[in-house]
Amino acid sequence: MTASPAGPGSDHPGRPAAIAAVQVTKRFPGVLANDKVDFHVDVGEVHTILGENGAGKSTLAAMLCGLYQPDEGQIFLSGAPVRLRSPREGLAKGIGMVHQHFRLVERFTVAENVVLGDPQQARFIKATEVEARVGEIGERFGLPINPRARIADLTVGQRQRVEIVKMLYRGADVLLLDEPTAVLTPNEVDALFQTVEAMTAEGKAIVFISHKLGEVMAVSDRVTVMRAGAVTGEVATADTSQRHLAELMVGRPVEVETRRGQSPSDVALSVQGLDVVEDGQKVVDGLDLEVRRGEIVGIAGVAGNGQRPLARAIAGMIKPSAGSVSICGKDVTAKGTKAARKAGLAFVPEDRLGTGLVPGLSLTDNMLLTRKRGFFVNRSEARAEVETAIVDYEIKTPSTEAQARLLSGGNSQKVLLARELANLGTPDGPQVVVVSSPTRGLDIGAAEFVRGLLHEARERGAAVLIISEDLEEVRSLSDRMAVLYRGRVAVEGPTDQLSIEQIGLAMAGVAEEGAA
Amino acid sequence: MNDTALVLTLAASMAAAVPIALAALGELLAEKAGVINLGVEGMMLIGAVTAFQVGDASGSLWLALLAGSLAGAVFASIHAFLCVTLRANQIVSGLALVIFGIGLSTFIGKSIEGQPLATDFRPVRFGALADIPLIGPLFFNQDPMLYATIAIAVLIGVYLNRTKAGLAVRAVGESPGTADTMGVAVAAIRYIHVMLGGLLAGMGGAYLILGQVPSWSQAGTTAGIGWIALALVVFASWKPMRVILGAFLFGFARRANFWLQGEGVDIPAEFLSMMPYLLTIIVLVVWGTRDLRRKIGAPAALGIPYIRDER
Repeated sequence: MTASPAGPGSDHPGRPAAIAAVQVTKRFPGVLANDKVDFHVDVGEVHTILGENGAGKSTLAAMLCGLYQPDEGQIFLSGAPVRLRSPREGLAKGIGMVHQHFRLVERFTVAENVVLGDPQQARFIKATEVEARVGEIGERFGLPINPRARIADLTVGQRQRVEIVKMLYRGADVLLLDEPTAVLTPNEVDALFQTVEAMTAEGKAIVFISHKLGEVMAVSDRVTVMRAGAVTGEVATADTSQRHLAELMVGRPVEVETRRGQSPSDVALSVQGLDVVEDGQKVVDGLDLEVRRGEIVGIAGVAGNGQRPLARAIAGMIKPSAGSVSICGKDVTAKGTKAARKAGLAFVPEDRLGTGLVPGLSLTDNMLLTRKRGFFVNRSEARAEVETAIVDYEIKTPSTEAQARLLSGGNSQKVLLARELANLGTPDGPQVVVVSSPTRGLDIGAAEFVRGLLHEARERGAAVLIISEDLEEVRSLSDRMAVLYRGRVAVEGPTDQLSIEQIGLAMAGVAEEGAA
Repeated sequence: MNDTALVLTLAASMAAAVPIALAALGELLAEKAGVINLGVEGMMLIGAVTAFQVGDASGSLWLALLAGSLAGAVFASIHAFLCVTLRANQIVSGLALVIFGIGLSTFIGKSIEGQPLATDFRPVRFGALADIPLIGPLFFNQDPMLYATIAIAVLIGVYLNRTKAGLAVRAVGESPGTADTMGVAVAAIRYIHVMLGGLLAGMGGAYLILGQVPSWSQAGTTAGIGWIALALVVFASWKPMRVILGAFLFGFARRANFWLQGEGVDIPAEFLSMMPYLLTIIVLVVWGTRDLRRKIGAPAALGIPYIRDER
């Protein structure tokens, strides 16, 4: 009854869908990004587009908001066919997109960002009027925000609120939220979901783009699942389960397995009283951390709370202003990257191209970078290694000699992981690995494979440190975890003994600063 | 006696501030939109030589001023084309503009080398107000361009801070990507403001030849004022009213040597003529130090070409 085919109409006869895509197809050179996709959201409904990276959900969203035009098929707005030539035109017609990467001017106030480029704004800006309206919208939709605050002073969660207010201010009736929870703490996610509820109650239509099953079940009324550019199913949340959605997403039954390690032995990575100062600010502040052989430790926290400098200090890329780092018993504090690697470290940095891989070198040459070197390099060995990696990780590349920069984000990450995780924990290989966001940007298959590798390395006795802003990633992988807040460990413990509330409060800094 | 010398010097420094202030206000507009243009000196020379030729031919002061301003704007469009359309390095393009400006103005001004211009700006007297001691000669008996310059600074302040268009300009200078997504035409705004910058620099140059220096003497006509203007924008933290204040200071520095000589202090002329370039080096140090730039309020995207990210 509810699952009528998507079209310019909706599930409710006589009331057209707020926005609908009918049989839309989009091709990019060599890729069929969207293949005859049907999708529609009703007024007052939350409809999720679920899919892995590369499934085509971003392309669909881009067509709905006017960033791309469909090659075939038609977009309907309230039942009437429309052609959206740009996001600006989309916004003028009431379609607002909240991107994962915020589009905000840091030095501007909230109010200034909200009126920037607003076609309805009169020539002269009356700041008090704008501020009053921003405040009013914030109250109505549960988006508390100080209109006079500068963006630079706001947290990521607050910035996201500004993005949503910006769209509502311009009268958007359809809101597309692209992976909105990726950057939020659990508490902020709850607040966002309340806002979503308030928006649907006022008749807004919400398109939620996500790959996280738990959230999808919690927030949406209906889910459209995509795989490889096509819709594999459209279901009402009430009639489905996470397992069923995962199967639609991957195309086969999925095992959600988490193995916990046995007993960790001696300390392989030790960080004592580490201080790092950047731009005159202490970004890592008296941090202590130990990772033992045979355990995976995860570092969680909102972006910018010291994760990056911590990783870089361990890897020897920056000099800490105080404290020490030792790897396998060797003090490598401020001795540079070579000393760290010699002591047994493998390192997967946050920025894959540039720090991790040399964009202009071939995959083989990139593989050679960390391989044992005499005077001559062994290219054929490295090439064989790349060839194995291409099969194991399902890396899409024209050849082993292609430049690293030609690969997509997910694929270049796979190459980097293949290089750094190889021989991990074996007597000849590295003993300690620091990995930033190990499964970010990977499809489920490759993510499973990487998880397997990390677990295997742990069984072999490697010490693994995972640093990620994706809380689920940290929780699913690590035996022990720590939450960073302003460069300090806010909470720490065995992963299965920390509640999500505890972690959420620590991420928000509540434990440290009293009630917020 | 000394008091009179000081008052005269002060009054003269206010007039001397005009070309510096105009050029700096122009540069401020371009930089607020995210484009640094080191070619101020070149644009001023083009403005000056054009104003001279037009003034000489037409005998009209205002026509000469207009022609000089427009010539500056047209000349600046070269920089806009290189930096906005071709996304060239803004420092290199600006320096090229200076060298080209010196060459071109020398070429255009070959026939007028060393000649005086008949027309000149006359002071505007505000009746009895002009007779008030000190304040009178400083504020109520100056030539019209001084008043115009202050008005322009006020207008620029209102424009940037109170209007929708000004907000868009600042957004383009801070975060062109954001401005672009919010429906602001980044390239158009950059073009317009680089050219407005050229217009004001050209006006400054025109005023120099019409109201201050006695004759056309090639690059000696501007004598580094363009470089001072460039430095002034930084020292004024990109705030128009501070540009005016700073321009008076620099104007005073340019006129003070007469008064100082009367007081028995002798600063070598070579030292003074070195100052603009010293200031420029300081500016480039600031420009190259990211932390410092941010601290003093430089537009975040200053000097960075904007390339739209298609996905």
